[in-house]
Amino acid sequence: MKYSGKIEEKVFKILMVIATYSILAVLAIIIYSIFAKGIKALSWEILSQVPQGGYYYGKGGGILNAILGSLSLAFGATLLAFIVGLPVALYINVFLVRRKKLITLFRFILDLVWGIPSIVYGAFGFSMMILLGLQTSLLAGMLTVTLFILPIMIRSMDEILQTVPIGLSEATYSLGANKSELAFKIFTRQTVSGIITAILLSFGRAIGDAASVLFTAGYTDNLPNSLMEPVATLPLSIFFQLSSPVPAVQDRAYASALVLTLIILLVSLFSRGLGKRYHKTKINF
Amino acid sequence: MEPTTKIHIENLNVYAGKQQILKNINIEIPKNKITVILGPSGCGKTTLLKCMNRLTDLYPELKVTGKVMINDKNVLEAGEDIVKLRQYMGLLSQRPYPLPMTIYNNIAFGLKLKGVKKRRNLHKQVVRYLQQANLWDEVKNRLREPASRLSIGQQQRLCLARGLAVNPEIILADEPTSALDPISSQYIEEKFVELKNDYTIVLVTHVLRQARRIADFVVFMYLGEVIEQGTVEEVFGNPKMEKTKQYLGGTFN
Repeated sequence: MKYSGKIEEKVFKILMVIATYSILAVLAIIIYSIFAKGIKALSWEILSQVPQGGYYYGKGGGILNAILGSLSLAFGATLLAFIVGLPVALYINVFLVRRKKLITLFRFILDLVWGIPSIVYGAFGFSMMILLGLQTSLLAGMLTVTLFILPIMIRSMDEILQTVPIGLSEATYSLGANKSELAFKIFTRQTVSGIITAILLSFGRAIGDAASVLFTAGYTDNLPNSLMEPVATLPLSIFFQLSSPVPAVQDRAYASALVLTLIILLVSLFSRGLGKRYHKTKINF
Repeated sequence: MEPTTKIHIENLNVYAGKQQILKNINIEIPKNKITVILGPSGCGKTTLLKCMNRLTDLYPELKVTGKVMINDKNVLEAGEDIVKLRQYMGLLSQRPYPLPMTIYNNIAFGLKLKGVKKRRNLHKQVVRYLQQANLWDEVKNRLREPASRLSIGQQQRLCLARGLAVNPEIILADEPTSALDPISSQYIEEKFVELKNDYTIVLVTHVLRQARRIADFVVFMYLGEVIEQGTVEEVFGNPKMEKTKQYLGGTFN
């Protein structure tokens, strides 16, 4: 008996080790290839200029159009999603506290729409644009991405708001606070770093998604200059330029991939740092 | 002289789903006295306390019926007026829950809700209540620090100061010393005895010695029912019910 148990343990241990390291290896290869090709392509010229002579064939220039386009689109979408999402998350956790079934339903729906592929949001945004007579533009892309990250924003804030101890609500109510005061003055303060983490997580999703902006934001060689004009984005900069037969253009795609990866890395490092700080203050009683 | 009643509870029943956790509670809580609600864990003491300022609202599974009369108003039927009614009752819970803000603002928060706006006036009152809770000397140089940096005993005194600052008539205390060291506990007990001149105090505890030390009136509960109530001399000196005798004698099972 004892002997067979040992074999079982060994087999499973080996399986786990293989699975873990093979995954790590694949990830390492991906990151290596992004960095190897990206760093070679990266230069001040690429970062500071727009493509010369068209993004698909032109050999000179860079990806500034996509960098600024992606940043403004993701920033706008995150801001909009935050403005809409925070009240929703607070409403669920403070006002609906006695409506258990309704809360469960809301969370279920949000989890469901979280799982919808972003291309579906893109298609929805596109059909809305046709209905409203809108062109592909920064605004259309921003609104579509807002819809796409809204469930992520709401649910991650909702998760963090659920960690507020009920005793704190009791204490606040006993001081004569009403529900909005509890929500906006206590819940938001108690969870501020968690809320920022939710914002950063949503920003990361917003900036990295290609499918939702494909039909809605369009693509352009120009820098973003108006809400009503199309904008370039980093994911599409990869998508369009990598398929070009011109090696110089492909380099722009690799540079875009590297820049995008670095932006997301930065965002996630930052939110991790916040998470740690949050933990510290929690324990420090 | 019969003391006047401050809180009058009539036919109070609380259900959690199909289970009944408080059964037909009828008690009178006298003004300017310390009333101790005593009983073993899980007998419904805390729930009873939470009915008084309707914090039961926060628990979706609880259904409350009956009357809880405070100043001739039924708390259970107060609707949205409960927000203001709760200011009559300061709460001290088992564990301190400082508000996620500075020490100063922990006191100022309730004062602002009461409409104290002028900065000088606010500051004066913050100082006064911190002094009253015996915390001023320890925090006067760190008023702008987050309250979470205080020790747990200091936090509990901060919560007391914060509760007193909204000028309540009643103090509801739910085992306020259970997480504290003996010195902090003793301080809270002494403070309660001092405070009863101005406040009506309801203290939930399962500690017999604490009840004996500071109670004027005792309500003994068991399994969601009030078994016996009366002055501390009556209940401790000459308990009428078998269950009370067992609990006081330590032969409870």
